[in-house]
Amino acid sequence: MAIQTDPGLVPYQILDAGGNLVGKMPGISAERMLSLYRSMQVGRVFSNKIIALQRQGRATTFGSLVGQEATAVGLAAPMQPQDWLATSYREIASLIVKGVPIPTLAYSFRGFTPENWPAETHCLPVQIVIGTQMLHAVGLAMAAKIAGDPAVAVGVCGDGATSEGDFNEALNFAGVFQAPVVLVVQNNGWAISVPRSKQSAASTFAARGEGFGVPARLVDGNDILAVYDTMSKAIENARAGNGPTLVETLTYRIGAHTTADDPTRYRDAAEVEAWRARDPIARFQKFLIARDLLAEQRVQQLIEEVEEEINEAVRIAESMPPMAPDSFFDYVAATLSPRQQAQRADLLRYINQVIQ
Amino acid sequence: MQMTMIEALNSALALELERDRRVVVFGEDIGANGGVFRVTEHLQNKFGEERVFDTPLAESGIIGTSIGMAIYGLRPIVEIQFAGFLFVCMNQLVSQAARIRFRSAGAYTCPLVVRAPYGGGVRTPELHSDSLEAVFLQTPGFKIVVPSNPYDAKGLLASAVEDPDPVLFLENIKLYRSFRAETPTEHYSIPLGKANVVQEGTDVSIFAYGAMVNVALEAAKQAQQETGTSVEVIDLRTVWPLDEDAIAASVEKTGRAIIVHEAPRAGGIGAEITAVINERCFYSLLKPIGRVTGYDTPYPVPGQEDYYLPTPAKVMTALREIMEL
Repeated sequence: MAIQTDPGLVPYQILDAGGNLVGKMPGISAERMLSLYRSMQVGRVFSNKIIALQRQGRATTFGSLVGQEATAVGLAAPMQPQDWLATSYREIASLIVKGVPIPTLAYSFRGFTPENWPAETHCLPVQIVIGTQMLHAVGLAMAAKIAGDPAVAVGVCGDGATSEGDFNEALNFAGVFQAPVVLVVQNNGWAISVPRSKQSAASTFAARGEGFGVPARLVDGNDILAVYDTMSKAIENARAGNGPTLVETLTYRIGAHTTADDPTRYRDAAEVEAWRARDPIARFQKFLIARDLLAEQRVQQLIEEVEEEINEAVRIAESMPPMAPDSFFDYVAATLSPRQQAQRADLLRYINQVIQ
Repeated sequence: MQMTMIEALNSALALELERDRRVVVFGEDIGANGGVFRVTEHLQNKFGEERVFDTPLAESGIIGTSIGMAIYGLRPIVEIQFAGFLFVCMNQLVSQAARIRFRSAGAYTCPLVVRAPYGGGVRTPELHSDSLEAVFLQTPGFKIVVPSNPYDAKGLLASAVEDPDPVLFLENIKLYRSFRAETPTEHYSIPLGKANVVQEGTDVSIFAYGAMVNVALEAAKQAQQETGTSVEVIDLRTVWPLDEDAIAASVEKTGRAIIVHEAPRAGGIGAEITAVINERCFYSLLKPIGRVTGYDTPYPVPGQEDYYLPTPAKVMTALREIMEL
């Protein structure tokens, strides 16, 4: 991968909005492409399902990822098991692709901390403070380099996060230490109600790379093949010892920021409709059907299979016992101080005597 | 061997780097320069730039990347050049480092030591002398260690590095070179969370930490000589979590308590110790608890700082009052 600090203004594309091949096909098998397609469906169905559960009072606040499936899936799919992923709350589909079981995620959206978080997937649990996880990703990558391990880290944030100091510090540390990290800006056009244009006067976020000496790529974030290809190259480039890459994916948040948000207050329905026409799943589906890799009549069946998988995951999550009411003491530190032990005993007395 | 606190800390860091391949040391100016106070002197030469390195000038970047490294399995020991700059990285410390274990239900942990010089009396510019320890009391998941002498500094730092959770290690600037003390050259550790009875006494207990331990000892000596008062001086060593058993045991014995710290009084360690005494041994108290602390003002400029800091004379005033002398 040649060093390219200014990615220019034309996003990298392999499939156009109509699903036509306009770039060079990456080396990817038909089976792999179908698996990416299915993962995108899983992401969308999961997102819609949790939002539906939230409306019924069965799930907590959730941020829709609809419209961003190509980026979420494409950024995680090329990662190896030893690679680390630090995301925002918008990339649940990335965690699924990296191996976090869907019932575990569904359980977390019931309002509990899964006590069986799969550490071996190397996915950090979602953290909320915008942009903060980008530094964690760089630190993980620096550690892999220090340890001499062939592991890469991927950090993901949104367009709003680029205004945070931590995002810029992450890019700077990544560059200075030539950390094996890929920093992804999932530019979905909106930071809750603040549009992209008010986040930065720069024409692209990818251009930020140049100021930090970090090569950057600007990618059509609704083109799964372009995202997958870019991420594969950036990840393997990092693994080969050639340092970090900044990737900006251009996509769009079709849904509300979260279940607590009403986007009709601040954005034009026409803009949303224009982006619906560039839907990442529909685009890839057209391509797969045109290439006879997917039969048109199979699509509905596949969606139903995915829905059944998600429903089953939710059933599992809902059948899991709630966390013990005092278990928030369990993971404060390796050992509880005498004061914390006494407080826990107090709480248990309250629960036993007053509540029950 | 007679060591200053700087030398004791340097010895501890060198031993930890030697003992454990996972240990890395980094921060601003800690490499070739050996740190602005020379705590990390020669470490880069001995252990290489891969394990002992300078970072860009960005406190949040230092703590944020150290969190990633700790999760990965390394044992980062990072330096924030002055505790007054900790506010720059509060999000990474409070919202992140202290919550990694909690957020992941133990799947990931954050064994991280954050070293920061603090404390007044050496004529530093603004925000180089502030004592911020109490700010972190509402950060469950953090331990806060403040040594008062070279021997403790070395042993406590060893324990901080071995601790499976994040530790904030505050080093008093004035103590760095003010005296030497016998300190073993080999590795040893002093447990976190345990206070040290520096001087036993029967009339009144003084609780202090960092540079205030010597201030308390001086006042105690003067009180003994001038008034015959027997003062027990307790060095907290770890200010969070507090060694509540040691606090209660001492107050149950003496019936009187004075707390001394440099930090402002409001919501400070002294307030917390007062609450502990109220909860655990209120009826042992013969007199109201005394506090000798910094004032509820910003830390003043060098020309005024001697008025701000607790002194043996200020502690003596509190002792006379509590002893009705």
